[in-house]
Formats: sequence, C-alpha cells, structure tokens
Amino acid sequence: MSGMVEKRGLGTWLTHAGLIFGIAVICFPIWIAFVASTVTQDDLIRPPMPLLPGPHFLDNYLEALLTGGVAPVWQMLLNSLVMALGITIGKIIISLLSAYAIVYFKFRFRMLFFWLIFMTLMLPVEVRIVPTYEVVASLGLLNSYTGLILPLIASATATFLFRQLFMTIPDELTEAARVDGAGPVRFFIDILLPMSRTNIAALFVILFIYGWNQYLWPLLITTEPSMNTVIMGIKQMLPTGDQTVEWPVIMATAMLAMLPPVLVVIGMQKLFVKGLVESEK
Amino acid sequence: MEKRVVFDNRWLPYLLVAPQLLVTFVFFFWPAGQAIYQSAFIPDPFGLKTQFVGFGNFEYLFGNRYYRESFLTTAVFSVLVTISAMSFALWLAVLADRVIKGSSAYRTLLIWPYAVAPAIAGVLWLFMFNPFTGVIAWMLAHAGYVWNHNLDGGQAMALVVAASAWKQISYNFLFFLAGLQAIPKSVIEAAAIDGASFWRRFWTIVFPLLSPTTFFLLVVNIIYAFFDTFGVIHTITQGGPQQSTTILVYKVFADGFVGQDLGSSAAQSVVLLALVGILTVVQFRFIERRVHY
Repeated sequence: MSGMVEKRGLGTWLTHAGLIFGIAVICFPIWIAFVASTVTQDDLIRPPMPLLPGPHFLDNYLEALLTGGVAPVWQMLLNSLVMALGITIGKIIISLLSAYAIVYFKFRFRMLFFWLIFMTLMLPVEVRIVPTYEVVASLGLLNSYTGLILPLIASATATFLFRQLFMTIPDELTEAARVDGAGPVRFFIDILLPMSRTNIAALFVILFIYGWNQYLWPLLITTEPSMNTVIMGIKQMLPTGDQTVEWPVIMATAMLAMLPPVLVVIGMQKLFVKGLVESEK
Repeated sequence: MEKRVVFDNRWLPYLLVAPQLLVTFVFFFWPAGQAIYQSAFIPDPFGLKTQFVGFGNFEYLFGNRYYRESFLTTAVFSVLVTISAMSFALWLAVLADRVIKGSSAYRTLLIWPYAVAPAIAGVLWLFMFNPFTGVIAWMLAHAGYVWNHNLDGGQAMALVVAASAWKQISYNFLFFLAGLQAIPKSVIEAAAIDGASFWRRFWTIVFPLLSPTTFFLLVVNIIYAFFDTFGVIHTITQGGPQQSTTILVYKVFADGFVGQDLGSSAAQSVVLLALVGILTVVQFRFIERRVHY
C-alpha cells in the first residue's frame, strides 16, 4: 500500500522499534497489575516488587471473586453486566423508535421533539449530578437496577445516528412496501431493522463499554454493597490514609473489571472501530 | 433533508417518541431546571426553608478563591492531557502508517486501553506510583527523586494527567491513523521524488492535510478532560493535596455531596452547563464543516 516511499532497511527497523516501545509504554501498567494479581501481599509491600508472574493466580482471583471487599466481586460483576446491558439495549430501543418517528412521520411538534432530544447532548450526568440524584431519590429508585439504568438511557447520539442512517435508505423501498400493503409497523420490523443490523451491532459495542465503565452514577446511588458495580466497588477496596490493603486482591479485581470491555474491543474490533467512527463520541 | 415518502398515522409517531421524551424530561430537563432554580437560593442552616438570593450564589462562587483556582487547575489539566495524549498518539499513528507487515497486530495492541474505565486507569497508576510500595516510585527513589503525590501538588497533577492521557491515546491513535490512511499516497510520493525528507514531507504535506482530524480530536480531548476524568481524580487524589487537582467536575461533586453546599453546587452545575453548551456548539459547527469538505 505505502508504495515506494521509505522502504530502506534502517527506517523500517526504527519504525518497528518505535512501535514496540509505544506498545511497551501502553501495556506496562496492565502488566504490572497482572503480575501483582499473581503474587502475595508480602511480595508487594517490600519493594522492589517482582516483574514476572508468581504462583498465586488462583488464590487471589478466588478470594476476589468470593470474598472481595464490601461485596464479593462476582456479585459486583453481575451488577455491572445488568447495568451495561440495560443501558445498551434501552438506549438502542428508544433511539430506534424516536428516530423512526422523526424521519418517517409528519406530525405536530416533530422538530420541537427533535431539538429537545438533541439538547441532551449538552448535559452529561457529571454536570447535573446533585439534582439528578434528588430526582432519582424522590422516585424511590436508589439501590435499584432501574435507578442505575434509566437516567443514563436517553441518548441524542444514538438517535442522531439512526436518523442519519434512515435518511440514506431509498424512498423507493418505502413506496414498494406501501404498494405491497405494508403498514408502518411492518415496514419497521421487516425492512428497516434488518437494514440497520450492522449499525445496531456497532453501536452495541460502544454503548456496552460506556455502560460498563460508569463510575460516578453507581457510586452515588448504590449505598448497599449488594448493588455495587465492579468499577465503583474497587474504589471501596483502596486504602484510605496509612492502612495497608490486600493489593493482590485489588489488582485481581481490577483485571476482572476490565476484562469484559477489553474482550469486546479485541473480539469485535471491526464493529468497534465502525461504531467509534460513526458515533464520533 | 426530508423524506418524500412518509407514513400517515395520527397517534403512532407520538407513541414512538414517547419513551425517549419521557426519560429526557424526567432525568434531563427536570434536574437541569432544578439546578437553575436551586442556584438562586440558599438553604437555612437547619435545612427547613430556603432564601432567595438571585445571583448571590454566582457572586459568591466567582468571589471564591478556591473556585477561581479550580478553573485554572481545570485549564492546566485539560491542556496537559490533550497535548500529551494527542502527540503520543500522532507519533504512534505515523509509525503504524509506515508499517506494511504486522500493522493490524500493532493496531490491536494499541487500541484496547480505550475499553479501560477511567476509574480503573486511576487504580493502575495509583498502584505504580504508590509512595511506599509502587514500582515506579521505588525506581525514582533509587534514582534520587522522592515521589509522594500525597504531599506534592505538582506530582499529583502529573500523575492524574498521565493516567488520563494514557487512557485516551487509543482513541486518538485510531482517528489519526484513519486520517493518515486517507491521504493520497501519490501526493507524498511526488514530494519524495522531489527529494523532500521524511520530516519535511510530514510538516509541509501530511500535517496540514490532517488538520480536520486534529481539530476534531482537540475538541473531543478537551471534553474528555473536562468531564470523563472524574474517576481518575476520585481514585488517585480526591482533588488533593490542597485542592491542587480539584477540577470543576470534581468540585461540583465535592461541594454537593461531601460539603452539602447545595446552592453553590447547583450554581456550579449551571456554570458547567454553559461550558458544555459552548463546547458542544464548537464541536457541531466543526463537524458540520467537516462533512461538507
């Protein structure tokens, strides 16, 4: 692909050396975390810590999963999974429906609705944190999956994306469907959904990572340990002041917490890149 | 931008937009309205009733030294995160663009940190730089440099910047690489035939052609540094020492939930709302322009 430019020996070697150096810098924190999750606390509190994995992999991961911090990690992983899937599926469904209405129907207040949805782009949860908490508390949704999921579900980005996609679908298709006697519901289920399949999948990957990695919101509204998600639960295991903590267990938890989204990115790389480029944040 | 063929139905479109509108009203507009309303009141010490103060909370806010310093901290933090994450990513993308064999393997190894949560990134970097046991703190100590980000504000800032930038490199890398690969190779080859060196070609041809991507990433990185780095700050420094890493988003949280100063926190939310609004408009104007390229 790169043709005739710069193919001389030394340049190529320097390029590879640079890339390997870059990867080493980026992977170093994870390698250290992995090593720390396979040794004992004694190995870690007397520096320097070992740079190669030890034999305590199973001990540490089992302790994290079954005992953990304030709640066992298996339970926190389960909560994270429910929250991530709830946010992902919820966002996709409500955005598909509203984008369909806005593109394929003419009705009063259509543009007003569109702008109301669009404005939510400007209001990330971190910004309106106290009043959103109060609203959710007054609805009695603290420590519930509904409270974890619903406030994060409205998404102008996804609505936008589906709107763009629907605009590119040729009108002839809609006409043909109408001639065949298909109503709006039929058209949506039989034609629009199958045509949006890859876009939905790409969005699924991005939204799953977004949902899984939520931190501040679960930190505020899950006061009961049994409702903690793993990303915020790990904060509760960290030292406050001079107390010593079980670093191997914390690092095992960190590895477990990043495993699902990392697997999604690596396993579905094509969809991930597509989703990232299309949603552009 | 309008469909020629549309469906006729009296109530179906309203039913279809209802779920999203409902969620938007309950969890976006109601809280945002509350923030604006609360920002004009202060509660009495017993929390029994509130007193209208108009713009009093805002006057108090901008008269407050810590709040003004938090603005400066946020600016320093965002600039450092953006520059370090973007320059390192651009360097890697330029290298990856030159590679013919194994480029997809490199890409896989470089993009996965995108999936790591900011809070987890914070935990990993905190562990490496832990003043007593951290592996890098230990190395620095042996090189004669004392590391303790719990005491030294500059070191604390460096650490939260490093952790935040580390997580953002993969995103920037992907977009820079896509931008580089979209540049026609013939342009670069022509310059090479004319005898332009690699760096000369980079600064006179590649970098200018890359500017749409660079501007786009600039806005995205600033928004990331402003709002998405809460987890990094909260796990590593909690805004300390002496507020040296208290960025605006962290301060809204600290004043509202830890300090229980609701009027001030609401006023801060309103200021942030205005900031996000400006950034979003900049981002959209820019994306619009890019679409018409």
